Amino acid sequence: MEPVSSLTSLDVERVREDFPILQREIRPGVPLVYLDSAATSQKPASVIESIDSYYARTNANIHRGIHTLAEEATAGYEAARAKVAKFIGISNARQVIFTRNATESINLVAQTWGRANLHSGDLVILTEMEHHSNLVPWQMLASEKGLRLEFIPVTDEGLLDLEVYQTLLAQGPRLVAFTHMSNVLGTITPAKEIIRLAHQSGALALVDGAQSVPHFPVNAADLDADFLAFSAHKMCGPTGIGVLFGKEALLEAMPPFLGGGDMIRKVFLRSFTPNELPHKFEAGTPAIAEAFGLGAAVDYLTSRGMEPIASYEHGLTEYALDRLEEVPGVHVYGPPAQNRGGVLSFTMDGIHPHDVSQVLDRYGVAIRAGHHCAMPLHEKLGLAATSRASLYLYNRTDEIDRLVEALYTVKKIFGS
Amino acid sequence: MDDFYRELIIEHYKNPSHKGELNPNDITFEDENPLCGDQIRIDLRVGADGKITEAVFSGHGCAISQASADLLLDEVVGKTLEEVKTIGKNEILNVLGIELGPVRLKCALLPLKVLKAGAYGLKQASDSLVEE
Ligand SMILES: Cc1ncc(COP(=O)(O)O)c(C=O)c1O
Repeated sequence: MEPVSSLTSLDVERVREDFPILQREIRPGVPLVYLDSAATSQKPASVIESIDSYYARTNANIHRGIHTLAEEATAGYEAARAKVAKFIGISNARQVIFTRNATESINLVAQTWGRANLHSGDLVILTEMEHHSNLVPWQMLASEKGLRLEFIPVTDEGLLDLEVYQTLLAQGPRLVAFTHMSNVLGTITPAKEIIRLAHQSGALALVDGAQSVPHFPVNAADLDADFLAFSAHKMCGPTGIGVLFGKEALLEAMPPFLGGGDMIRKVFLRSFTPNELPHKFEAGTPAIAEAFGLGAAVDYLTSRGMEPIASYEHGLTEYALDRLEEVPGVHVYGPPAQNRGGVLSFTMDGIHPHDVSQVLDRYGVAIRAGHHCAMPLHEKLGLAATSRASLYLYNRTDEIDRLVEALYTVKKIFGS
Repeated sequence: MDDFYRELIIEHYKNPSHKGELNPNDITFEDENPLCGDQIRIDLRVGADGKITEAVFSGHGCAISQASADLLLDEVVGKTLEEVKTIGKNEILNVLGIELGPVRLKCALLPLKVLKAGAYGLKQASDSLVEE
């Protein structure tokens, strides 16, 4: 088989040198094969270094002190915001809110916009392939407010059923909240079309970009998304910081989320006036070092290029699909390669996903086992759990080969 | 071939001697591990002398949880419910005889948790049943 890297401009050998953890052996002589980037990605040296140097040289609280460190910390934190805005095609960085993660970003929208604007009987459209983080916040709000939740079904090929979507839209939804890429099936959803149709029917659209923003170019302005949520830790950045993009007019009209320092303009004993955007939604001391790290992650991905990353991962995904499907008794779920990113959930006849993972770990191969925070989707597939291998820019075809080899060992151990 | 999947574990996983359901039964309890979806139900029949005469499990899960259930029920027949309540986690871990990380430990201990919750007649199982 032709090496994937010859087809694209991403030099995977150089990329691998950027990630110190890829030098690690899981036990002597067994190098790490990290195939769990959908859970969290590994971090390049530049990101680790940016956090280290922030603490070693800059550490100070932001937006307050008038000393050199505080000014440098504030400038770095706000520079990270500007980098993120540019990365998702947004010119006005006031629309970029730092949160803890994608989950908090979605909860922010549910608890502020949702609580202020949605009323008993209002319809929110979700999909059957949502991560729990784009499901439970709406269930919580629905039970508080008496909202109706409807779901765009997943077809047998693992795609969203847009015909049913059209019929749901006819019921006049207020919001359509959906994933841009499934963390189980790898399905890349037609976000632009879904949003266009939502707007046509008078609804707002929230995009869960946790799996899309790290892996291919996402332009929030071009998509015309009203909200876009994602996490730094899945895109080469640190844990502890996430992003909510929201259109300015919406953010302006929304009540604040958490109350406290930094989110206020003026405070009296019995009242306050909220700060301007984006600070209105960032109460308390934020994740400053992590923002530096996120800024470095955006720089890193930009330097490698999101287009080359996407096309490299696409080639790798095709290779992985072919190799996995050749193993007898292995079933891969989700759409064909042209509609999917590098997430490959599979089962092996007669062998539980836990046992698959456990054996693979002996060979240094890290994959995930379970329901991947998508229990309703697993229910729909009729499965209690799946194994999931997920790819990123630093993976190589020989790592897929190692995975497949280890799967044959699993079969041998379980005699199937 | 693999020091983790010892023959004992594979054998009890593939050919369990206590798999099934008892209807009617004297005690039945079911629980699942929300992290991975493993699910175990244990049914017991207790004789007039207070000793367990039959013990079976059903449900689905990985080799560790299934083998652990089968090995556990090997030990249980002939014991009283009072004796079952005193079974500690190390008894089953010693029988399994492998090093388990924190995630797999939950798989290994799910059957004991279900068994003891049944023996105590609890409404809901708790991790505290298998802490010692
Ligand atoms: C599609 C999707 N949405 C949301 C999330 C939640 O991300 P986080 O746990 O960082 O908030 C994930 C992460 O697993 C995801 O894959």
